[in-house]
Amino acid sequence: MTGLERLVQICVWVIAAAAVIFLLTPLVVTIAVSFGNSAVFSLPPPEWSLRWYERLANTRGLWPSILTSLQIAGLSTLISLMLGTLCAIAIVRGTFPGREAITTFLVSPLMLPGLVVGIAMLQGFRLVGLREAWMSLLIAHVVITMPYVVRTVLAALNLFDFTLLDAARMLGCSPVQAVRRVLVPALGPAFLTSGMFAFLASMDNYPVSIFFTDAWTKTLPIQMLQYVEERPDPTIAAISAGLILLAVIVMIIGDRLVGLRRLADF
Amino acid sequence: MKSDRSLVGWLAAPAVFYLTIVYALPLTWLLARSMMGPEGFSLVLFEEFLGDPFSWRVIGNTLRIAGMVTILCLLIGYPVAFALARARGVVQVVLLAAIILPLSIGVVVKAFAWQIVLRRDGVVSQFLVGIGVWSEPQRLLFTEIGLVVGAANVFLPFMILPIYSVVKLIDPRLMEAGATLGVSPVSRFFRILFPLTLPGIVSGLAFVFSLAVSMFVIPSLLIGDRFQTLATLTGRSFLLMRNEALGSVTATVLLVLAVAIVLISSLLARRVGRFA
Repeated sequence: MTGLERLVQICVWVIAAAAVIFLLTPLVVTIAVSFGNSAVFSLPPPEWSLRWYERLANTRGLWPSILTSLQIAGLSTLISLMLGTLCAIAIVRGTFPGREAITTFLVSPLMLPGLVVGIAMLQGFRLVGLREAWMSLLIAHVVITMPYVVRTVLAALNLFDFTLLDAARMLGCSPVQAVRRVLVPALGPAFLTSGMFAFLASMDNYPVSIFFTDAWTKTLPIQMLQYVEERPDPTIAAISAGLILLAVIVMIIGDRLVGLRRLADF
Repeated sequence: MKSDRSLVGWLAAPAVFYLTIVYALPLTWLLARSMMGPEGFSLVLFEEFLGDPFSWRVIGNTLRIAGMVTILCLLIGYPVAFALARARGVVQVVLLAAIILPLSIGVVVKAFAWQIVLRRDGVVSQFLVGIGVWSEPQRLLFTEIGLVVGAANVFLPFMILPIYSVVKLIDPRLMEAGATLGVSPVSRFFRILFPLTLPGIVSGLAFVFSLAVSMFVIPSLLIGDRFQTLATLTGRSFLLMRNEALGSVTATVLLVLAVAIVLISSLLARRVGRFA
């Protein structure tokens, strides 16, 4: 190995180490601030305390927004899992033309600016007279979560051997039983990972949700943004720390189920 | 069996129907509205928008910031993708976790964190004063540099992962073969390694650039209202100014930009794919 190559190699590892610090900075800072007692975000905090966590119980609007977010994320993920899986089966097994185009269509909400999709849906819903915030959020979030489901389930179905279903039928299963006992277990990991990412995408969504909230129905990111704009204090950091914990748990589950390297597949 | 295969296609119907009604039709309507004048088809809204020097400043802001964010991500992300592909054991887990964990955390959380980091008494300022780069603490929040750094932080994984996905497929023996044949390290990189990573670079560039063009929360929190991009202007005109005509036009411009990025990148991907 020449000196130049060694130098390049050292540079690569130094940059990688710096990138890890850079990537984790916002998370570490948020957690540090949330456990400090300073109201002005001093770092390192003069003293450690749990006062911001104690405040969470009385923060106006926080718990309703968490509840709304959980409801919307859970339900929209479920609906997307059902519609998306059926569609993925049709694309893999069907013989109709335009299957490629349908895939692109269902994944496209991920590629277009969220803000534009949100505005378009806002105007569309108004046109048909839908003004109820909760229902609008749910309908819109199905569009946001669908791409994650279609992409992952489609990839899993492409690897599934459909003759196994015929085998199950020959062994005496009814069509429904065959699907339930053979196809559903085989797709389990795909359901779980795509469900997790769809759920997180819905929980974190900002640019679409912003158009469908009203004074009573807000999702968590919208409520948090309101806190940031009105009175920024470390209570927001405490909420963020909770979300970071949620993400860590999801990542550990994902690692156990499919492995970190598979999660990094693009 | 034959009839089974043709009937199975109908399983796609609910999802396709749903997205057509809820998503495709409203998008079409948005496009149509931006091209509608008082009487039928007209591009008067666009003429007005593009005739205003302010609009060009906004478009310039959008592209300049997105460009800087993309370049910064490429400069950091390219070496990191190689490190990730070579890493083993604990190092690999740490790298992967540092890349994937931020991906699953909301942008409001991260933008808020950067507000704290970029303050005059924030860690960046403290660090730069500490190592003697700055003689006194400075505020990076509400500056373009602060915005670019914060946005690059949020979008960096979208540069690293696509490049990593091609780097991990490269056979290391190719480089050894080059070395055996007496090719110098520098031209080994430019003639063997770099062309093979081009597809990853193209898709990383497209991801980050399109995300950076349409980001909305990050500029709102890190640079404020004085600095407008197409996305913040679109959001403001709907949420605050109630100027939906302007909003429809800027939304359409954004949409066209996003579609153009997808088309150009898939064209480029095809060309570099043949090249590699």
